[in-house]
Amino acid sequence: MLEIGLGHYLTVAAILFTTGIFGIFLNRKNVIIILMSVELMLLAVNINFVAFSAELNDLVGQVFAVFILTVAAAEAAIGLAILVIYFRNRGTIAVEDINMMKG
Amino acid sequence: MIEALAFYMFAAVTVASGVLVISARNPVHSVLFLILAFFNSAGLFVLLGAEFLAMILVVVYVGAVAVLFMFVVMMLDINFVEMRQGFLQYLPIGGVIGLILLVELAVVVGGWQLGPAISAAGVAATPDVAQVTNTQALGQLLYTHYIYLFQAAGMVLLVAMVGAIVLTHRKRTGVKKQVIADQLARRAEESVKLVKVDTGKGI
Repeated sequence: MLEIGLGHYLTVAAILFTTGIFGIFLNRKNVIIILMSVELMLLAVNINFVAFSAELNDLVGQVFAVFILTVAAAEAAIGLAILVIYFRNRGTIAVEDINMMKG
Repeated sequence: MIEALAFYMFAAVTVASGVLVISARNPVHSVLFLILAFFNSAGLFVLLGAEFLAMILVVVYVGAVAVLFMFVVMMLDINFVEMRQGFLQYLPIGGVIGLILLVELAVVVGGWQLGPAISAAGVAATPDVAQVTNTQALGQLLYTHYIYLFQAAGMVLLVAMVGAIVLTHRKRTGVKKQVIADQLARRAEESVKLVKVDTGKGI
């Protein structure tokens, strides 16, 4: 219990990832919360990468985590920009109304 | 002992604030809890010996991404009460899927063992921390073996920046702007007119 190993970190990451998935299902009306849930999931993945990097004594995991961080930042910027113009056009950010673009 | 205590504290606060992110009534509170989650996972990274990533997490996520979220949450004038409707409607299906995923992850993590050849097959072994710090080691790897990927990451950020600007930039009509070229192209003959006014009549 007091010996912290790889399994402990993987457990935290798994719980965080599941929380992110749960948040996407729960907040169907608020895109901002969905984007935050995606950020949480990416954070969980990063914890996994760094935990394995420390366990296997291999730095490549941390290098990969840097790239994931980059992509997460880019994704947040683009997602929020799309959100802003969507709100400007429609006056709402409910996900359920976004399907008006189909067909 | 200290490490275990620190781990449990960071892990508990991270998970708790993760749960609060998705369940807070006010999106502003969600963003604040997201910041708390990032800070505590930075603590987890420090415990794992990845100081550089921990600091990057604080700088990039807390300093840029979370503040960006905060800007958008406060900029958009949203009815938060209306937002919450349908929350309970999706609770069962979301709960079932989340539970299934968690059980699957538990089964995978619980029954999984590191293969004997894995630890020997490392690509870039972590150097001794006493001689080379984590930041230096990461830089030596990132700027040599992974330079192309590093440049590609820079391109991703550039494209994201251009995309965000193009998406949100709008041409406004009726805005008076200074056009320096027009000002410089003006000549006296086209802008000054001499009018001979008759006495007692006006123009």
